[in-house]
This record gives sequence, C-alpha cells and structure tokens, in this order.
Amino acid sequence: MGAVEALDTAGAWAILSAQKRAEAGGRPFEIVNLSEAHRHLLATVANAMPEPEPRRRTIPGRPGDGLAQLGQEVAGGLRGSLDSMAFFGQVVAHLGGLLIHPRRLRLTPLVHHMQEAGWNAVPIVTLMGFLIGIVLAFQGSTQLKAFGAEVYVVDLVAISILRELGILLTAIIVAGRSGSAFTAAIGSMKMREEIDAMRVLGLDPIDRLVLPRLIALVILLPVLGFIASMAGLVGGALMAWIDLGITPGMFRTQLLADTDVNHAIIGLVKAPFFAVIIAVIGCHQGMQVSGNAESLGSHTSRSVVQAIFLVIVVDALFSVFFAVWGL
Amino acid sequence: MAREVVIEVRGLKNQFGPNVIHEDLDLDIYRGEVLGIVGGSGTGKSVLLRSIVGLQAPRAGSVRVFGVDVRQAPRAEMARVENRWGVMFQDGALFSSLTVRENVEAPMRERTDLDPETRRALADLKIAMVGLPPKARTLFPSELSGGMRKRAGLARALALDPEILFLDEPTAGLDPIGASEFDALIRNLQTSLGLTVFLVTHDLDTLHATCDRIAVLAERKVLVTGTIRELMEVDHPWVRDYFHGPRAHAALLAAEG
Ligand SMILES: Nc1ncnc2c1ncn2[C@@H]1O[C@H](COP(=O)(O)OP(=O)(O)OP(=O)(O)O)[C@@H](O)[C@H]1O
Ligand SMILES: [Mg+2]
Repeated sequence: MGAVEALDTAGAWAILSAQKRAEAGGRPFEIVNLSEAHRHLLATVANAMPEPEPRRRTIPGRPGDGLAQLGQEVAGGLRGSLDSMAFFGQVVAHLGGLLIHPRRLRLTPLVHHMQEAGWNAVPIVTLMGFLIGIVLAFQGSTQLKAFGAEVYVVDLVAISILRELGILLTAIIVAGRSGSAFTAAIGSMKMREEIDAMRVLGLDPIDRLVLPRLIALVILLPVLGFIASMAGLVGGALMAWIDLGITPGMFRTQLLADTDVNHAIIGLVKAPFFAVIIAVIGCHQGMQVSGNAESLGSHTSRSVVQAIFLVIVVDALFSVFFAVWGL
Repeated sequence: MAREVVIEVRGLKNQFGPNVIHEDLDLDIYRGEVLGIVGGSGTGKSVLLRSIVGLQAPRAGSVRVFGVDVRQAPRAEMARVENRWGVMFQDGALFSSLTVRENVEAPMRERTDLDPETRRALADLKIAMVGLPPKARTLFPSELSGGMRKRAGLARALALDPEILFLDEPTAGLDPIGASEFDALIRNLQTSLGLTVFLVTHDLDTLHATCDRIAVLAERKVLVTGTIRELMEVDHPWVRDYFHGPRAHAALLAAEG
C-alpha cells in the first residue's frame, strides 16, 4: 500500500470487500505499509461496512394472482369513493356552518378564486363556445340541406348548445383548468406541511381552502356556461349566414319562435352541480397528496380525469331525469 | 509553505431587489481545512454558499473553485468541478420520490459508470457512515425524522467522495449525541480524506469540535476570519456577544474538557 497516492472511500470499500471475500475463502489477505491517513480511512470505512443484504427470493406468480390483484383494485376503488363521499359530507357540514355564521366566509380568497377560476377563463370559454357553434351549424346545414330543411339548423344549434354542449364543454374546460390548479395548490401545501400548520393554528383547512374555491366555482360556472352558450349562438348564426344565407335577423326570429326558454334553464341548472363536482374532487385529491412529488402529479391527473368522468355521468343522469319528466 | 487556495471569492455582491445582502465580500478557503461560517440569521450564509456553488448569480465579483471561475466556465469544465464537490442543503433537499438509497445513488448514476451492484454497496456504505440504520435505506424522505433527513442529505453529498464539502447547518435539529457524532464524522472524514469543508453553522460546539478557522459574516461582508481563540479577542459587538455569550462559555468549557 506504500505506493498508493490517493485513496477514497470507494477505494477503501473495494479493498475491504476483497479482504472479506478472501477471508471467507480461507485465503490469507494482509494490508501492509499503510500511511496514517489511509489507516484512518480504512478504519472509518470498516466501521461502516454494510452487511450484505440477504437476497430476497422472488416468488413466482401463481394462477390466482391476477384475480387477487383485480379484487384489491376494486376494493381500493370503492374505498376511494367512500373517502370522497366522506370528504363531500365534511364540506357540506362546513357549508351548513357557514349558513349559520355567514361572517366566517373570507371574502378576499373568494374574490381571488373567482378571478382565477372564473374571470380568467372567459376568453378560452368564449372561443370554445364560438367554435362549437360554427361546427354545429356547418355540419347541420350540410345534412339538413338534403331535406330542404335548412332553416331548422337554428333549432339544432340552439337546442344542442343551450341544453347540453355549452355547459358540458365549459365544465370540462374548467375541470382541466381549475380542478387541476386546486389539486396542485392544495397538494403542494400538504407536502410542505402547511395544512398541518393550519390545523395546529386552529385554522380549518376546509373553511380556508375548500369553501372559497367551491363557492367561487358554484357562482361562476353558470356564468361561464352562459357566456359559452351565447358565444355558441353567435358562432352558429354567423355560420348559418355565411353558409345558408340565413340573416341574423331571421336567425333571431326563428330562435325566439321555436326554441323554448326551458332549454336554456335546463342547461344552466346543471352548472352548479358540475361546479360542486369539480371543486370537491379537486380539493379532495389535493388533500390526499402525500410527501412526495410523484404523488402530487398523480393526484393532479386523477383529479382532472375523475372530475370530467363524473361530470359526464351526472350529465347523462340529468338527461334521463328530464326525459322522464318530459321537459 | 504557501497553502493552496481551493475557493477564492473576490468582490462578491448579492442583492435581491433593493435588499443588498453582500457587498465587496472576499473569502479564501484553503485545501484541507474546515472553515466555519457564522453570522446572524439572514446575514446571507446560505446565499454565500449558493453563490459559490453557482446556484445564485451574483451581481458582481468572481468566485473561483479549483481555479475555475464558476460563473464563466464552459459546461464541460463546470461538470468536472461539480464532480469534486458535494453540497448538503439546509433543509436536506432530498428527492421526495426516491428512497434514501436511491437518493444517494442518484449522483453516482448521473456521473459515474459503476455497475448497479457496486453503486448500491457504495450507497449503503455512505448511509452507514453517516449513522443511519440499515432500515432507513428503503424509506422515502417523507418517512424520515428531521435529523435522519439531514444525515441522508450528508450521505448524498458524500456520494462521489468529493474534495470539497459544503454543509449548511448540518447539526441543526440533531440531538446532542447525534450532533457530536456528526462533528466527529466530519473531523474524521477531513483527516482521512483530506476533505475541505465549508461549514455554515450556529452550533458553537460544532465550531469548537470541527473548525480550523472561522469566518464571521456581518455588515454584508466577511468581517474577520481566524481561529476561535483569535476571534474571542475581536472587538466588534456582534462577535463579542457571539463568542462571549453564556452558550459560548459552556461550549468552550466542554471543548476544553
Ligand atoms: N431568493 C431570494 N429572494 C429574495 N431574498 C432572498 C432570497 N434568498 C435569500 N434572500 C434574503 O437574503 C437574506 C439572507 O438569506 P440567507 O438564507 O442566506 O440567510 P442565512 O444567513 O442563511 O440565515 P439562517 O441562519 O437563518 O439560515 C435574507 O434576508 C433573505 O430574506
Ligand atoms: Mg441559511
């Protein structure tokens, strides 16, 4: 060892492992001519030499494994939805508390979230509605021309946008935009123990974080849906004018004569429900984030997927409900 | 014998908005020494560390490590320098989605071509060296205690057997026994590996136990440097309070046995 100029811990580890192996094999192994510093280092490393871990045998798969895993996944899914229901219950209880003590509501965060989730979404929602109107009018007119029933393009556009598409697509955009933002914001607070800090300071995370977001969305999603629907009608009217020569005046007359205001009401009635779904799922997923960055990402994507899925399911249920009631 | 300067800071200026942190700061660190950095909270110890390792672009001044200017060096040269230092951040800064072992392996994976078996064994060695129990290897940072996170951070800083070790308050949050073990470990590594250590600390016991020289940060610059003995003679209000306060006396007594 006298010729060794530099030695680091990796080198010391290599020497000591060689010694261990040699001794296990019964061969003699001697380290000679050590300088003082190197002796020191070897001693330090020898002290810390990790015991080799017993190798874990991998258990070969058995026929029932797939089934067991399926069962576990189903059970996990059920537990997850139960969790969400429990969270929803808590939120409702806090809302009830808020009704009794309305002054507990913080206006500043509410306005902030209304701005973030509502006002800032107006351009994208308007553009989306406008384009959907154009597409519907265009596709409708090519089909209806075949029957000479061009003028019904107005009914087609108006009913589908007012009743379904305007609000549904708005909800999907808001789920992608704000639901994910809710999860990421609350989740990163959870990661940095800010939520725990709020709890020990006596600030209720549901009151402070969830309710302002929920209320902001419940107020503003109908407004956004309305804006999208109006933009859709404008887009439809424009396309009908260009493609079929239906002037805006005719479009308006036909719209007022044929389309019941119920369609618009049915569309808007659904909006607060969608808002609750998006806000509750977004916040709940945020609360579920655990200590690592990976889980923040997976909960954010889960929040968007679940919210969009549930919005569509609820929309379908509404359709059935209204159909049965004959509306 | 003139000692080799491994870190040379000249005329450093750091500023956040109107808030000037450092101005005209000069500092030399010699090979093989443990340099303690002390100063009140918010005097910019962490910022100084960040500017030396190139995480914080200073407004003015130069920082040379191993003679390489960290602000102007080309990437390849910088990478060579980065291989030769290890940094432990104040709050650990472990990768939250990796286990402790994977955290320690991360720099080796990135910068060496060791085979996985060796990498793993070396990582386990580093984990044992910093005094973490074997069961900690497979835990995630969020499952560790604050002190364990510090140790894991040190293990990761040591992963590549660096020549310079930057430590930001390594003993804060450790129990006293753990803290003295930590001091002994740093001293031990320093003697056996010839490590140069840049040690930010508030812990007077650590200063006594490990540091060859101490630099006091105050009034936006390095006010004085010297051994504890020398600093005890300095006539500056903060330095006097620091080295003559009740804690300082207790630490001094402890150090002298
Ligand atoms: N990214 C930043 N933006 C703005 N100001 C900053 C930033 N980082 C640090 N500062 C300011 O620089 C000053 C020095 O901070 P620094 O973290 O270096 O303190 P410190 O000496 O390490 O304190 P402590 O002992 O508490 O760790 C503080 O006043 C802080 O507010
Ligand atoms: Mg600091």
